Amino acid sequence: MINNKKYSIEQLELITNNIRQDIIKMLLKAGSGHTAGPLGLADIFSALYFDILKHDPKNPEWADRDILLLSNGHCVPVRYAAMAEAGYFDKKELMTLRQLGTRLQGHPERLRLPGLESTSGPLGSGLSQACGIALAHKMDNILHRWIYIVMGDGETDEGNVWEAAMFAGNNHLSKIIAIIDRNNIQIDGPTEIVMPLEDYKAKWEAFGWYVIEIDGNNIEDVIDACAMGRAISEKPVMILAYTIPGKGVDFIESDFHWHGIPPDHQQAIKAIAELRTLNGRIRSEHE
Amino acid sequence: MNNNKLIVDVTKEEIQKAPIRKGFGIGLKKAGEQNSNVVAACADLTESTQMFLFKEAFPERFVEIGVAEQNLVTIGSGLAAGGKIPFVSSYAAFSPGRNWEQIRTTICLNDRPVKIVGSHAGVSVGPDGATHQMLEDIALMRVLPNMVVIAPCDSIEAEKATLAMANDPRPNYMRLAREATPIITIESTPFEIGKAQIFESGSDVTIIATGTMTYYALLAANQLYKDGIEAEVIHLATIKPLDSQTIIKSLQKTGAVVTAEEGQIIGGLGGAIAELAAENCPVPIRRIGIKDRFGESGQPEELLHYFGLDNDHIRLAAHEVVNKK
Repeated sequence: MINNKKYSIEQLELITNNIRQDIIKMLLKAGSGHTAGPLGLADIFSALYFDILKHDPKNPEWADRDILLLSNGHCVPVRYAAMAEAGYFDKKELMTLRQLGTRLQGHPERLRLPGLESTSGPLGSGLSQACGIALAHKMDNILHRWIYIVMGDGETDEGNVWEAAMFAGNNHLSKIIAIIDRNNIQIDGPTEIVMPLEDYKAKWEAFGWYVIEIDGNNIEDVIDACAMGRAISEKPVMILAYTIPGKGVDFIESDFHWHGIPPDHQQAIKAIAELRTLNGRIRSEHE
Repeated sequence: MNNNKLIVDVTKEEIQKAPIRKGFGIGLKKAGEQNSNVVAACADLTESTQMFLFKEAFPERFVEIGVAEQNLVTIGSGLAAGGKIPFVSSYAAFSPGRNWEQIRTTICLNDRPVKIVGSHAGVSVGPDGATHQMLEDIALMRVLPNMVVIAPCDSIEAEKATLAMANDPRPNYMRLAREATPIITIESTPFEIGKAQIFESGSDVTIIATGTMTYYALLAANQLYKDGIEAEVIHLATIKPLDSQTIIKSLQKTGAVVTAEEGQIIGGLGGAIAELAAENCPVPIRRIGIKDRFGESGQPEELLHYFGLDNDHIRLAAHEVVNKK
C-alpha cells in the first residue's frame, strides 16, 4: 500500500506537527519518558512513514516492505505517534504508553506491537541487526528492500556500534541507510563534553561509509538524502542529521535536561499551545 | 550394570575419544545440507570452533565477524530477522561471556532463533588458564527467559544436538569442550531437546550429569555398584528447559542426588537441580562442580582431578548422600 499517496512538504509538516502534539500528550499521560529526542526526530519520522518507507500499516508483515529499525529505543514515542498517524493502530492507544498491559512499552518490544521490527532500548546494537538483515537479503539476492535505521549520537559511545560500522563497510552493505540524530545531547550533558564524537563525518568515512550531512529538522532534506542514499551502490550510507532536541517547543529546545523527563501538566499545555500556532496558523483549542 | 544397549560400556579400556566440538562441526555441515537457510558466523575462531567444515562447504553462507562478539550475536539476531537460521560461535568465555546483554535484548526478549555455540567451556580447556576456562555460561544462559541450554556429553550427541537446534524455533545455547572426550553414546542413542536420558537405572541414588561429566558419572556408577550402591545415572543434555518430570520421578525413587558439571554449581546444573528438588522433593544433595572460584593453567586431566571433577569425587559424594538418607 502507501506510497501511492504523495504528500506535499506542507502536508508533511502538518503531519509532523500532529506527531509532536501526540508526543507531548502521551508523555504527560505516561508521567515518565523522554521528551527531547522524540520531538527532535518528528520530522525524520514523518518523512520516513509518509514518504520514504515502502510499508503497509494494515499489513505490517508485508514481505516486500522496507525495514525500519529504531536503535535508540528510548525515542520510541515518536515512532508510536508516527505509526498511529499512519494507521497502524488507533490514536487512542497512544494514551496507554508505559501502562500495565500496553502494547506501547516504555522501550519498544517487537513481540507486543506488529510493525516494530525489533526490540531495543539498551544502546548500540541496532546497527549490527541492520547488518544481519542486509546480509540475509544479500544472500537471498533481495535487492528491492531497504534497511533504514535511526540511531542516537550519544549511542555511538557504544563499542558495538563501531564493530557494526566496520562490518558494514567491509561487506559493502549498501542497502543500509542509517540516520543518526545528531542533536548533540546525551543524559549527562552535551556530547562534546561527555564524550566527544567529532570529527564524526571523518570517522564514518574512515569505516567505509558514504556520509551525507543534513538539517534533520528539514523534511525535504531528509527525503532527498534518503533518495541520494539509495543511489549509492558500493557503500552503506550514513546520514548525519543535525537536529534540535525538543524541536518545536521553545522552552524544551536544546536543553539536555529534557533528555529523559516528561512535561508536567502546565508545561504540556504550554507546549501544545505553542505547537498549535503552527507558524501563525492557529488551530482549534477545542479538541 | 551397563545393560543399557543405547550407550557404550564405559569401563572398557579402549573407549574412543573425540572433541565434542568436532560433532558440532560435522552436525553444522549436515544441517547446512538439509536446510539452505542455515547460515554460520564466527568471531575469528573458525578452526577452533570447527565451523571451518561449514565454511568450506558453504562459503556463501558463512560470515566472518572478526574479533567482535557483541557484533557476532547481534548480527545473528539480524540474520534471523532476515529469515535465516544463524549459528554463531566463539569461545564460551567471549560468547556468551562478553555479549550477554545483546543476547538478552536482541535474541531472547526479541525472540529470534539464534543458535549460540560456546566452545572451550570448562577447566578442561587446560593450559590457557582461568581467562579462557568458561565456568559461568550455564548460569548466564539458564537465567534468560526463552533460552534453551544444551551441553552434549560427546561428539556424537553434539552432532544430533546441532541438527535438533537447526529445527528448534527458540534461541538456543550449546556449550562445547575443547579436549577429546570419551564417546559414550552411539548413533541410536535417543536425543531430544528438553528430554533427560536415563543412561543407567538404579534405586539407591540419582546422579545427574551434563556435558563432559556424564562419562565420569557412568564410571562412578560402576564403582558404586561394586560398593553395593545402585546408582541411577541421568544424562541431562538439556539444562533448560529442565525435564522436571523425569528428574522428580527419579529423586522420589532413590531419595538422594548428586549433580556433576564442569562449571560453577552456583546457577549451573547443580543450582537448577537444587531448586527443583527443594520445591518438589527435598532429598540429600551434593553438587560436584566448580565451587565459586576461577580455574587455572594445567593439563586438562590434571585440572579435572584437581577441581574434584571425576568419578572418585562423584562416588564419594554418592556415599555421603546415601548415608544422609
